[in-house]
Parts: sequence; C-alpha cells; structure tokens
Amino acid sequence: MELNLRIWRQAGAADKGRLVAYRVDDASEDMSFLELLDVLNEKLILDGDEPVAFDHDCREGICGSCAMVINGEPHGPQKATTSCQLHLRHFRDGETITIEPFRAAAFPVIKDLVVDRGAFDRIIASGGYISAPTGAAPDAHATPVPKARSDRAFTAAACIGCGACVAACPNGSASLFLGAKITHLGELPQGQPERADRVVRMVATHDAEGFGGCTNVGACSSACPKEIPLDVISQLNRDYLAATSGRGPA
Amino acid sequence: MSMYSDFTIGDPIVDTAAPDGPIESRWENRRFGVKLVSPANKRKMKVIVVGTGLAGGSAAASLAELGYQVSSFCYQDSPRRAHSIAAQGGINAAKNYRNDGDSIHRLFYDTVKGGDFRSRESNVHRLAEISVAIIDQCVAQGVPFAREYGGLLDNRSFGGAQVSRTFYAKGQTGQQLLLGAYQALERQIDAGGVTMYSRHEMLDLVVVDGRARGIVARDLVSGEIRTHLADAVVIASGGYGNVFYLSTNAKGCNVTAGWRAHRKGALFANPCYTQIHPTCIPVSGDHQSKLTLMSESLRNDGRVWVPKEIGESRPPNEIPESDRDYFLERQYPAFGNLVPRDIASRAAKAVCDAKRGVGPTGLGVYLDFATSIEWLGRPAIAAKYGNLFQIYDRITGEDPYTVPMRIYPAVHYTMGGLWVDYDLQSTIPGMFVIGEANFSDHGANRLGASALMQGLADGYFVLPNTIGNYLAGARLSPVDPGADEVRATEAEVNGRIEHLLSIDGDRTVDSFHRELGHLMWDYCGMERTEEGLRKALDRIPELRREFWSSVKVPGTGAQLNQSLEKAGRVADFLELGELMCLDALHRTESCGGHFRAESQTEDGEAARDDENFSYAAAWEFTGRGEAPVLHKEDLTFTYVTPSQRSYK
Repeated sequence: MELNLRIWRQAGAADKGRLVAYRVDDASEDMSFLELLDVLNEKLILDGDEPVAFDHDCREGICGSCAMVINGEPHGPQKATTSCQLHLRHFRDGETITIEPFRAAAFPVIKDLVVDRGAFDRIIASGGYISAPTGAAPDAHATPVPKARSDRAFTAAACIGCGACVAACPNGSASLFLGAKITHLGELPQGQPERADRVVRMVATHDAEGFGGCTNVGACSSACPKEIPLDVISQLNRDYLAATSGRGPA
Repeated sequence: MSMYSDFTIGDPIVDTAAPDGPIESRWENRRFGVKLVSPANKRKMKVIVVGTGLAGGSAAASLAELGYQVSSFCYQDSPRRAHSIAAQGGINAAKNYRNDGDSIHRLFYDTVKGGDFRSRESNVHRLAEISVAIIDQCVAQGVPFAREYGGLLDNRSFGGAQVSRTFYAKGQTGQQLLLGAYQALERQIDAGGVTMYSRHEMLDLVVVDGRARGIVARDLVSGEIRTHLADAVVIASGGYGNVFYLSTNAKGCNVTAGWRAHRKGALFANPCYTQIHPTCIPVSGDHQSKLTLMSESLRNDGRVWVPKEIGESRPPNEIPESDRDYFLERQYPAFGNLVPRDIASRAAKAVCDAKRGVGPTGLGVYLDFATSIEWLGRPAIAAKYGNLFQIYDRITGEDPYTVPMRIYPAVHYTMGGLWVDYDLQSTIPGMFVIGEANFSDHGANRLGASALMQGLADGYFVLPNTIGNYLAGARLSPVDPGADEVRATEAEVNGRIEHLLSIDGDRTVDSFHRELGHLMWDYCGMERTEEGLRKALDRIPELRREFWSSVKVPGTGAQLNQSLEKAGRVADFLELGELMCLDALHRTESCGGHFRAESQTEDGEAARDDENFSYAAAWEFTGRGEAPVLHKEDLTFTYVTPSQRSYK
C-alpha cells in the first residue's frame, strides 16, 4: 500500500508545531498503525531526519501508552481499538491520513505526538484507591461480592488510562476516566468506607488539573478503546451529590 | 572452541542465606531471625526501587507503608503502564477453595517439578506459602477477580496443574493486579512516602565501598543525567525477552538496569532459561514489531490440532475430524492440551518442522474452540475469553468464534536473571532484585499463572521483610555526592551517551536489534545445538563491533530521544545475548525451556543430566567479550525427588 501521512511535528513545549507531509510507499495491510510509523521512522533516520516521537509500549492494547488522533478521532476510526491495534487493512491504498497528538489543556505536548498525562496519576493519587496496607487483609472469602456488582466493578476497572476520553471531549473533561474509578471502587464492599471522601477529593483534583466539566456529549465513551459505559459518569455525579449534600452514598 | 565461548570456573556459591530445618518453617524462622529497623530509624532510610510492575510497584508501596523513604523509577510515562499490565491468564494460589486436593505442598511440588528441578526448594516453598496471602491482599484493595453467582471467587485450571487454583479477572488479570499495586503506590505518593520518577531510566548502579548506594538515571524528557543516592537499591526491571527482538514483551522492556548491575559485579544466573510460550499469534511479515500472546487459559477450552496430511489445502472448518491430528491430546493423554508451556511449544514446533503447520507461513497450529462452543455455548466462551477473542480479531482480521485461531510459540518470559540469595539480595550488598528480574523461583521453566504470584510475593511480602535485615546491620554512612565512585559512574554514563550519538553510521538501531533477534531465535530459541550456538557465539561479537562502528543515532542527548534510549538498550542486549548462548552451550543437558537437541529421551522429551548439571549457573562479568567466570550453586532436593517429568 501507498499512504500519504500528515503528522504533527513539534520540537518541544515551547515550539508552535505544524503538520508535515510524508509518504510511505511500502506499507502492508497486515501492519499495525504503529508499525507504519516504525517504517517511516527508519526511513527518516537514514535520511538524516529526526524520527517522529510517539508513546507506545505493550502494543497489545492494554498499557494505555499509545495516544494519537488519527483522521480527527482519538485512536482512529475503528471502534474499541487502541492505535497500536489498529491495522492498515482499515485504510485505502493512496489514502491521506492525518496524525495529531491528544489535545487537551491538561495534556501539554512534550514532543511531536507525545503528551504529558501526569494529571491522571495525580487524580488517582488523590483518592483512587482503597486503603489496604500490605498484611492487613482478611481472608478473600470473608466478604462475598454479588456477581452483578463485581462484574460492573470489573467493567469500569478495565480503563487503561490512555486519555482518549479527554481528547474526544469538546470540554477536555476527564469525567469518564474519573467516573470509571469511582464506579470500580464504589461497587465493592471494600470501597465503601472511603467512598464519600474519595469522590470529593478526586473531583477537586480533576478540576484543579484543568480538565473541563461534563456536558453529557458522550464522545468520551464512543472514543473509549475499552468501551467504558457512559453511566459511570452518572455514578460519579450521584456519588458526588450524595457526598457533598451530607446524605451519604446512595 | 571459539575464543568467545571461553569461560573459567570460580568458587562455588555455598551460602544462600536460607535457614535450615523443616521446609514448612524456614520462612517463619527467617522472618524471626532478621534484624528489625525501628519505626523512627526507617524514616531516615532511603530505598530506590527501579521498575513499577507487580514486583516494583508492590514493593515501593509496601516499603513506604513501613515508613522508609522510597524513590520509584519507571521509563514509562506512568507507573501504571509497566508490562505486568499485559499478563492475561491469572495468578495461582493454594487456597484450595475448590476442595480438589490442592495445598501449599502441592503448589510447591508442581512448581519444583514444572521448573524441571532447577529451582531452589526453599524459595519455591515460601512462594507457595505466601500465595494465599496475595489473594487476600488483592481482594482487600478492590481487585475485581471473577466471581461466581454466590459472590465467591471463581478459579480455573492452568497448564502444568491438575487442580483449579488460578484466580483471574477475565483475560486481564495482570492489569487488575497491577492497578491494585499502582493505586497503593499512588496513595503513598500522595502521602509523601514515595517520590515518583516517571519517564526516567536507570543507566548505572552506584557502588561505594562495595555496597549499592544509588543509581545514575536519565530524565527521558530533558535528557538530564543525575545521580540518586540511597541506602539500598531494589531492581524490579522485569525480564530480558526482547533480546530476541520479537517477543510478547512491551517494546520498552529491556535488560539495561540489570545488565549495568551485572557489569558492576552482580552475578547473572541461568541466562539461557527462556520461556517460549506456545500460544501466540503467528508472525505475519518482516514489518512485525512485536508478538501478541493468547493466554494459556485458552487451552482449557481450545483444542490444538494440525492436519494429518502434509500439503492439506482445505480451510480448517472443511477438514473432517478423521483428517485432524489433536497432537497434544494424542501424545499427552493425562494432561492433554494443558501440558506445560515448554512441552506444548516443542510439540508445535515438531509438527511445523514436519511440514504440517498451517497459515500462510506454515508456522502455525490451530487452537479450535468449536467443541467448547457447542458444549458450553457461545455466551459462556465469550464471558471467559471475550477480550482475547477481540484482540485476535483485531490483529488477524479473523473471527475465532467461527474460524480456529492460528497460534505459534513466541518468546514470553525469562526464568534467568540476576542471582539472589534467599533474602533476594544480589552479590552486591545492598542491591536486591525482585520479580522477573531475578532468577529465583521458576527453575528452567515457569508454570502458567506463577509470574504474577512471584512478582507480588517478592514485592508485598518477601522484600519488605528481608531488606530490613540488611539496613539494620549495614551501619551506612552518608555518601558524598562528589565522591570518586559517584563521579566516575556519572562520567561513564555520559561518555557512553556521547559515544552512541557520535558514531553517525549508516544502520539504524532497530536493524541491529532485528539481526540479533534472528540469531537468538535461530540458535538459542526452542531447540539449541552445539553447532548453532557456536555460530551465534562467532557472529554476536562481530555484530557488536559493527554496532559500535556503524549505528546511527539521530538527535542529541538533551531532549526526548527515543532512538538514543533504544540504542543503549540494544547495546546491552548485544552483550547479554552472548552470555545466553555461552550458558546454553555449557549446559549440555536439556531441562525445561532449555532444550539441547543432543540431550533428549527416546520419545523426544528433555533429558536432564542431574549428575553434572543440578546447579544454578551464576556468571561473573570480567569485561566485554572477555571470558566470564562461572560460579555454581548446587541444588539439592530433599522434599521433591527429581524424576523425568511426565505429563503423559
């Protein structure tokens, strides 16, 4: 396959950045999208140019490292798929593909397609855990968890922290990411003691990091490679309201 | 014999710090025997942890909970992305919740046998003991393990075991366990107990007066090289499977932290023990950048087969039962599709070598779910393996619900690693090694669902108990940041980076890495021969020289430079690869994942040579391309009698 690429190049945070055109003549349908960038980078290096910087690691859709907007959509056109699992068989020979970083006020660009998503870690640090110091645990079967609640916790916990939800949101909100953790921990009996405090602290960090508010657009959930459902945001709002109105969690 | 395959034999290792006495009480005795650090003194002590996977993440969180000042390092942009996240199938624990005859002793027995009698009994027993507490710990943290309708935890069976002791969270067990450890770590970051250095890479170990006292790390964003001093250093940097270029490891996984420590004096044990996982998606072309695992758990419901006839051209669903060879069920009736990984991999290679392989390259076998879908129904299969089927579909464009998967073995895990004693301390005092980075528990072959168990056992429960013994007894004085040892290490790191950037040759880092990977796969892969290993030992030093004279690394050191990061890692793989081949050459027996074609039983199974090789081979570095020194740690078996492994 032959592909024309327009890729965002930005030397650093202070650089303005611009789209640069490249061409790859020897792509194959079986390549992953990141392998396409590998092929381009090998060529750039041998031509004496700087290769395109992009985050990636596991290349099997679970680490959440890869993060790029492909033809205007975070992780590209295929549903429930990270950039690393997107294969070129979903593109046409001769197609022009535009590749940009995840854009959001809270995700400053470091270089080319690499952005700083440290705000996600700080949101988790402010309450996205159950306090269970090593050694203090009762037997795992001491507290049965109804399967329906356990399954819902799992569905929310499948979030890979890639940030596609933020990149897709017109407000740059991280409500889906936040709601996923609130729902995961809030569904479990072990998560109850810290439930109210957790949501208040995590929401405060979310807002302080510069993420916008949720206006129920739903772009986050449809861009999510793990298909985290939109109702985790309802859960987030319900828990937040309960915690701040003094009624306790619903 | 080539000059590069030379080695000398040094003093044997006699002290492993393991206590004597009945095996059931050794860990308890050791915990009572260790010196303790008082809470007030812990606050004054600093520990560096390199790596944030299951071992490093759980260790950093647990050490901070104890009161130590912890600095945690990872090369990824967040500690949550360490490659433990990709572990799919599950974690073993001897809970015996299924009443199917499991026990600590059985898990111990299975693991020693599964490792083909090349691991330490004391360590493995401790691992089996601790396994039960790990599940409790993870459930308390909110890890959403699979549950049954009654609300209790579900279990499944895994390769190499006839009991159901594997706890799991769909095909994302590693992700959920890692997020548990990551959240515990973030809690400590918020509380001030851990200082986190993401996007930082350890490039050398600082050794002062013979003790590990810190690391030199590169800030991968600014390029700044800085020394971080501490009272102890914990290496939790994972395995070295990427020496093969193509593996199931993440692209960034590397041996640099461990190899730099090896060059500073830490012994490296059993480097040739590599696990080739039987169920991975086959290679599709030269562009391939990594291989994707399909969890071993799939073998619970999938049946492995190839056509009986060479040259079979019908699509799989049109091949009648009578023309199929379910070769694992045929060769191993007792364990069937659930034989351990090394055995399943070699069996797949054998049928492909016999030209009965499937798919465009002929390097593949079918993993077929039709029988299970008919028996259990599609929804039941989807509930267990939905995400794995989706991964497969994404990569191959084929639907495994209707067409059998094609799988082939791929490099997955490395049992070898830095040598550690029972306390998980390396041969450099003050440097501890945990998780896949050490060599300690899996012998020559790791059983499925045991990597997660070992990583978390080391990080949550073993290291936090044993490191105090060192810190309480070491009486360390502060290190002067301007000390000669510190400056020399920094200068070495800077010099190496400048050297890599200055070569400006005509080959990319990846092209060298790919060539090294081909050599390792061809000659130090699933089947090894003296002839092949000697070829590799001739070629690798040449390749290394070519690398240092003609590699091209663009850009500068004072910026985010992913080519430079890769160059440093590949330079170390080019040294490690040689040691792996040498280790494989010297071990003329077959054991576990190390299969020497010259040493097999009549029916093609690995033939051990207990008389000559019942030892861990711990190698001492003497210089690049120089003959290393072999130190042997004899392995004795008191509780499990070594036998020819049989899964028939």
